Amino acid sequence: MADPVSRPDPPVADDPATAAGWVDAPPRMGFFTDTSVCIGCKACEVACKEWNGVPTSGLDLLGMSYDNTGALTANSWRHVAFVEQPRPAGHPPAASTGAEPTARTEFLGMPGAAPPGRTGSADGRSDFRWLMMSDVCKHCTRAGCLDVCPTGALFRTEFGTVVVQEDICNGCGYCVSACPYGVIDRRADDGRAWKCTLCYDRIGAGMTPACAQACPTESIQYGPLDELRDRAAARVAALHERGVPEARLYGHDPADGVGGDGAFFLLLDEPEVYGLPPDPQVPTADLGRMWRRAGVAALAMAAGAVAAFLGGRR
Amino acid sequence: MSPRPPAEDEPHRPSTDDRPPAGHGPRAPGEDESRRPVGERFRRFRDGVSSGANESGVTPAAGRRRRRAGEELAVPPAEFTSYYGRPILKPPVWTWEIAAYLFTGGLAAGSSLLAVGGQLTGRPALRRAGRVTALAAVTASGVLLVKDLGRPERFHHMLRVAKPTSPMSVGTWILTAYGPAAGLAAIAEVAPLLPDRGPWRPVRRVLPPVGWAAGVAAAAVAPALGTYTAVLLSDTAVPSWHDAYPDLPLVFAGSALASGAGAALIAVPPRQAGPARRLAVAGAALELFGAHRVETRHGLLAEPYRTGRPGRLLRAGRALTAAGVVGALLGARSRVVSALSGAALLAASVATRFGVFHAGVASARDPRYTVLPQRERLQRRQAGEQDG
Ligand code: SF4
Ligand code: SF4
Repeated sequence: MADPVSRPDPPVADDPATAAGWVDAPPRMGFFTDTSVCIGCKACEVACKEWNGVPTSGLDLLGMSYDNTGALTANSWRHVAFVEQPRPAGHPPAASTGAEPTARTEFLGMPGAAPPGRTGSADGRSDFRWLMMSDVCKHCTRAGCLDVCPTGALFRTEFGTVVVQEDICNGCGYCVSACPYGVIDRRADDGRAWKCTLCYDRIGAGMTPACAQACPTESIQYGPLDELRDRAAARVAALHERGVPEARLYGHDPADGVGGDGAFFLLLDEPEVYGLPPDPQVPTADLGRMWRRAGVAALAMAAGAVAAFLGGRR
Repeated sequence: MSPRPPAEDEPHRPSTDDRPPAGHGPRAPGEDESRRPVGERFRRFRDGVSSGANESGVTPAAGRRRRRAGEELAVPPAEFTSYYGRPILKPPVWTWEIAAYLFTGGLAAGSSLLAVGGQLTGRPALRRAGRVTALAAVTASGVLLVKDLGRPERFHHMLRVAKPTSPMSVGTWILTAYGPAAGLAAIAEVAPLLPDRGPWRPVRRVLPPVGWAAGVAAAAVAPALGTYTAVLLSDTAVPSWHDAYPDLPLVFAGSALASGAGAALIAVPPRQAGPARRLAVAGAALELFGAHRVETRHGLLAEPYRTGRPGRLLRAGRALTAAGVVGALLGARSRVVSALSGAALLAASVATRFGVFHAGVASARDPRYTVLPQRERLQRRQAGEQDG
């Protein structure tokens, strides 16, 4: 690896809307998704589909706990992940320390008629914990999808969010490969790229995005990003105090590889347990170096051609 | 609570199955097997049986993969967690058209360089072959690129913006500059066929200088055309493409030169093909050097380039390149041997491009290539922070 510890060039100001040329932009808006209170009701998935008129994803039983959505796709802009983790019986999850190695996700066979871990004998019993998390586009400060879009279909809104203009997108698919979170996706029958808009139409009218509005536990919170970050820090501190040392924030740090997420999370385990990349980086962070290497190769090409004609008589 | 102790379910289970009871309803023997029990798909995935894309278009990669004989994995399989083994990234939605374009774009670039050399050193056959190949290849490139779009009729939306952060936008403008120049240079080749009388006379007169200028212009853009595609692939989150960014341009530059030389070896009589033979050597050297670095310098992320289908394609490309170069040098006097060598070089370039393409796709499909290098990077950074 050429430059293993490469960090992105200095993070762009935490105000991407102004950086994108908006004058007098409103405060940056975002989501704080607190997975510690998520009950896995999928109201956010439904509300998003209803409001945004997102086509069905088809009925598909994936056999991944209660998750039959599978992943964020062009037709699922919120995705509730269900993680089943066995725990030794009699030890509440809170008793574990954050330092011990993370329990591996194990499929316990839910949904089923009986709770998991019920065997005939008392010794064989196990306890389990359920992690649920409503995933969404992160609306990155440095968004890979936006950087590489060759048509200008993806753009930065005045709220600092990232939105696709469906009348511009020609379905080149570049954004799909450039998103370090695997969020944006091309819809098969339509050919264009789709993802969460952070309800651009609703927030423009001063309303709350559909998912946050529908969430019955306030797991999804919407608001100015600064405020959300303060709230999240307080929540993590409270959880730590209450004996949940594994609580941690994800995507809140403006110094991370994507300059911080507009939609960030409170998680109860490592990010990859939920299907999130542990250290995402915007691909364009290395773009300058890439062009330089390509320039060297282009010069080598030209030199090779010159040498081929000067290097012999015939 | 279950009204029925799940233990009753046990006799219906395969004896090797040690997973916790899930409590499905009772299943009569001989019950319709097509109704898969819940979790069946996951277990099949987990056991590494499942392969290929499933219904949701996402391919779970097996946690444990079989090794093929003779393919040693340099990096021992490391432990990592994932969400049901699902890919974290979306695999590229690009299909074979893009891999084929990597080849045709490179072929056009290499041919234009040979054509301009032929033009400047008085080798008309080389010039003609290079210009015609370049036009054919760039036309094919355009068709392939438009065909791969989700909305082909909107291809011109690419021309709305010029965006330096998007290698695809940069490439669009490179092609926009290159295509007409290459086309004009090729059209100029018809000049000798036009009547030297009547209305065609001025056209016949003006075409050669126009073709000369266009040939030079096309050649000036050609190195950019031949190498920007490496940045196009690297500027993505696809782990093996991104990580290979220092070395991929060398592979693509070499492959472009070798394929251009290959086409010329087929089309040009051996008397004028000396530069093409030397270019084949130079291109092959560049390509093999670059490919060696891609396959050895990137730790875990080099693995997709060495294993499976991409590994086979890249090995085939290497063998064909070697055969083509040897044939071009030893068969310098024989038209047939030269043409066969040229064909081998063209096939080598196709194999290399598809190999690189599929290696990236494979690396995006398997979460280990996303999680493990990122974990490693995090640890290194944390260690660095502690040191000072
Ligand atoms: S998460 Fe992906 S799709 Fe969303 S803004 Fe970031 S790069 Fe774009
Ligand atoms: S698919 Fe659409 S939104 Fe995505 S990069 Fe291409 S044009 Fe832009």
